[in-house]
Amino acid sequence: MALIAKVQDEAGHGLYIYCGTETLGVDRAELIDQLLAGKAKYSSIFNYPTLSWADIGVIGWLVDGAAIVNQTMLAKASYGPYARAMLRICKEENFHKRQGYEICATLAKGTPEQKAMVQDAVNRWWWPSLMMFGPSDKDSPNSAELTRWGVKRKGNDDLRQRFVDLTVPQAQAIGITLPDPELRFNEATGAGTSGRSTGTSFTRCWPATAPATASGSRPATGPRRGCLGAGSRRGLRGQAASGLGGCLTVGRSDGQVVLSAVLPLALSRRIHG
Amino acid sequence: MAESTTDPGQWPLWEVFTQPEAGAPHEHAGSVHAPDAEIALQNARDVYTRRGEAVSIWVVPSAAITASSPSDAGPFFEPGNDTPYRHPQFYKVPRGVRVF
Repeated sequence: MALIAKVQDEAGHGLYIYCGTETLGVDRAELIDQLLAGKAKYSSIFNYPTLSWADIGVIGWLVDGAAIVNQTMLAKASYGPYARAMLRICKEENFHKRQGYEICATLAKGTPEQKAMVQDAVNRWWWPSLMMFGPSDKDSPNSAELTRWGVKRKGNDDLRQRFVDLTVPQAQAIGITLPDPELRFNEATGAGTSGRSTGTSFTRCWPATAPATASGSRPATGPRRGCLGAGSRRGLRGQAASGLGGCLTVGRSDGQVVLSAVLPLALSRRIHG
Repeated sequence: MAESTTDPGQWPLWEVFTQPEAGAPHEHAGSVHAPDAEIALQNARDVYTRRGEAVSIWVVPSAAITASSPSDAGPFFEPGNDTPYRHPQFYKVPRGVRVF
C-alpha cells in the first residue's frame, strides 16, 4: 500500500509540474507527447535497473534523498508556480525517503544475506545518486542561465556536498559502507567553508580511475552504472586541480556518458513523474 | 490564467482552490483537466489533498477567470497608491505623545 501511495505521489508530482508549465502556456498533452516520443529529457537515474528488494529501499533513501536536497533549493526558485509545486513535492518526498531508509535499516540488521543485499544495492546506487546533481558547476551548460533567472540558487557542487554530509551519518547509523574508500571527515572544511547546518563535511577527491568497490556487480544488460562522461570527468578533475578544498570530484575510467540531462534534474525528473 | 488547452481533444482546464481549515481562505493550489465539474472536484481531491491538506475544494473553469494584466499593473493599481490619507502615517501626532 505504501509503495502504491508513493507511485501515486510521483504521478502527482508530474501533474504539479505540468500544471506549472501550463501557466507558461505549454499544453500538458504536448509534454506528454514529447515524453512518449522519447524527445523529452529526464534524469538518467531512471534508466538504472532495479535488481532486488533492497533497491526499493535504497532508491527511496538515496535517490529521493538527493532529489529533496535539490528540490528544497528549487522550492525557493523565482517562478512562483514552480516553487510552490516544489514545496509540495518536497513534503511528499520526505515520506519516500523515510520509507526507503526504514527498509534499508531493517535489512541492515537482518540476516547476513539481507545485509549483503542492501550493501550491494547501496554500492550500485551511490554514484548514480551523486550524479543526480549534475556536472560540476563550471561544466554545467545551463547553470549560469538558471542562476541568472533565479531558478537555481545554489550550485551543483554545493548541493552534492550537502547530500554527502547528510547521508554519511545515516549510512554509519545502520552499519552500511558507502562505496568510496576515499570518503573521509574533513575537519578543515567542516570548520571552514563547509560549515553547514550539520557542522560536518565529508570530502571526497578521487582520481579518474574507478574505485574497485564501485564496479562490483555490474549486470550484463542495462546501462552501465557509476560512470561519468569524459567531459564531466575532465571538468571535475579541473576543479580538483583548482585547489578548492572540500571539493567533490567524480571520475571513472569506464567513461560512458550516462549523465545526459544537465538541466535542473528535479525539473526534468518531475516532469516525467 | 492558463491560456492553453488549444487541443480540441483535451478536457478543459480547471483551477483548484483548497481551504486548509475551516475559517481559512481558499487558496490557489494548482489546476487539473476534467470533462466536468464533478470530475474536476474528484481529480483535484486526488492530486492536491492526499494528506488531509484541505477541508474544502473549489474548482473553477480556468476560462472563467478574468485576470488583470501584469503589464498594466502600474496604471491599473495607481488609484490605490495615490491616496496617502488612507494610511495612519499620513496624520501627525502632537510632539510628546509617545504611545498612541
